[in-house]
Amino acid sequence: MSELVYGTYILVWPALTLGVLAVICSAVIKDAVQARKTDSNMV
Amino acid sequence: MNESDFVQFSILTIVILLVGFYGGTYLLTLLIRKKEEDTSGFMVAGHNVGFGMGAASMTATWIWAASFYAAATSGYTYGVSGPIHYGLWGALMILFIYPFGRRFRKLAPNGHTLGELIHARHGSSSQLILAGSNILGSIISLMVNFTAAGALVSVLSPLSFQTGVIVAGVGVLSYTLTSGFRASVFTDFAQLVALMAITVVIIPAVLFSVGGPSVMVDGMKNLTSQQADFFSVDAIMNQGAPFFVAVLAYAIGNQTISQRLFAVREKHIKRTFVTATLGYGAIVIGLGMIGLMALTVGVEPVNGNMNNLIPQMVSTYLPPVFVGLFFVLVIGALSSTADSDLSALSTIVMADIYGKNIAGDNPNPKTMLLIGRSTMIVATVAGLIFASFSLDILVMLVFVGALWGAIVFPVIISCYWDRVTNAAFTWSVVVAMALFCIARFELLEMTGATVLFFEILASVGGAVVFGLMAFGFFGRVVGLIVGAVSGVILLIYATGFLRDYMVLTASLTAYGASAIVCTLMTLRSQERFDFDLIKQRVGSYDAPADENENEPTMIPQGARS
Repeated sequence: MSELVYGTYILVWPALTLGVLAVICSAVIKDAVQARKTDSNMV
Repeated sequence: MNESDFVQFSILTIVILLVGFYGGTYLLTLLIRKKEEDTSGFMVAGHNVGFGMGAASMTATWIWAASFYAAATSGYTYGVSGPIHYGLWGALMILFIYPFGRRFRKLAPNGHTLGELIHARHGSSSQLILAGSNILGSIISLMVNFTAAGALVSVLSPLSFQTGVIVAGVGVLSYTLTSGFRASVFTDFAQLVALMAITVVIIPAVLFSVGGPSVMVDGMKNLTSQQADFFSVDAIMNQGAPFFVAVLAYAIGNQTISQRLFAVREKHIKRTFVTATLGYGAIVIGLGMIGLMALTVGVEPVNGNMNNLIPQMVSTYLPPVFVGLFFVLVIGALSSTADSDLSALSTIVMADIYGKNIAGDNPNPKTMLLIGRSTMIVATVAGLIFASFSLDILVMLVFVGALWGAIVFPVIISCYWDRVTNAAFTWSVVVAMALFCIARFELLEMTGATVLFFEILASVGGAVVFGLMAFGFFGRVVGLIVGAVSGVILLIYATGFLRDYMVLTASLTAYGASAIVCTLMTLRSQERFDFDLIKQRVGSYDAPADENENEPTMIPQGARS
């Protein structure tokens, strides 16, 4: 039980990092597609 | 083990890593380069940064080299809860600012710095207090980041500390100089992707290389009762609480944050900052867990230097390729913060100093851009010199932190309460700083009525922090109730107790004293300020497309809303 708790306590952070990375990347891809459509800059 | 036992890269390998990183980053900026940059793009990317880029940039900027080392140190020192007490509060700095950020954007939709808004609200003295603290803070940050680069290069390769410092400084300047903030935001995204990908790999790699969770559970017997306790009072009072107090101060006082508040599309501010909060927290707490792992498996930091913990764990337990990844992780983190500091410094000098105090009604966009780029060069040179001398910055850092604490209440309240005057703003900061110095450096004997006086001020300061946070999210009534209730609780329980934590007491004194002086002076004021004036006074410095580009373009007090 403790092993599971400690393992989860350590590994939840890289898992959360991966989730945030996915959210950011998908948003940037959307913005890039939109920018290309409108022939504008992303920044 | 000593530092020379860490994995050593050859000169060729380290040069390839550095040239690959800075060369690749420079090439990226060519994708967004414009033939002619305008001031709005150079300072805030035209107020048009999307959610993804904005969240990535905010996260990357807020993670600097010290974030990893300090989180790991916290994990090693305070045990199970240590990484949380560093990373969580750091993350909340991002979260707590966004409600106020929306107010700033509403008041000054075309603003570039918080100083411009305060200039429009109060005038030069208040603005220059804010701008001055921003400049000092960003130069310190530059110096710390360049120092971290030098230390890392010298520990992992035959190259010297000074070589590492110079490569980092020149590398960051090279890709930021032309496009300013636009380059900073664009490269932040690439740097953050690398940083997150490496974080995702490196934490499980270290965990399973030391033997997995079972080894950690076995090693728990090495921890003291406080280190093993998730609700450790030691960790809260020595790490969590001082950091919590700094939450609003750093968020308000740091132009790198307010610049992004003015740059992200207004409708995306909330989700941008919430996402950045999660991203920052996950990365920093996660890497802080390496410090906890080191503690449980009984690793002693080389030479007693806590900054060696992560490189030591990576070097000891992982193959050299992971050390290379760690190297990129730290260089990416420090570069993304350093380029943001350069952009922040250039924007403050362009808008707050030249635009508002030198050029009068007639700022020239081309001159502004020249000033901005020159500022970047001067700031980089200053950062390199200070870093090369390895100056002790603790006193400066303490002073800047206190100054930011002192300005929190006056800045925020000036954006909501129409009676606050320039004198109330300025004097509240001056008095708060004086009282802070007395408490922090114990210039008076901290006994009897004197220490009680400071504990009362600090209790008010704590109430101000809680009240402002509640006010940001839930409005005035809830803010006042939370402030009043927490103030009463603190006055009952913190007096007689806070004197054992004078660093914390001094920080809270800065908040409390500025809030009391600002409120009392404001209540005596009969002035009423029309907030709509800010929108008129803070505008773009660029010429509209149909105007002659060489003509100075400023409408009185910056107005082209």
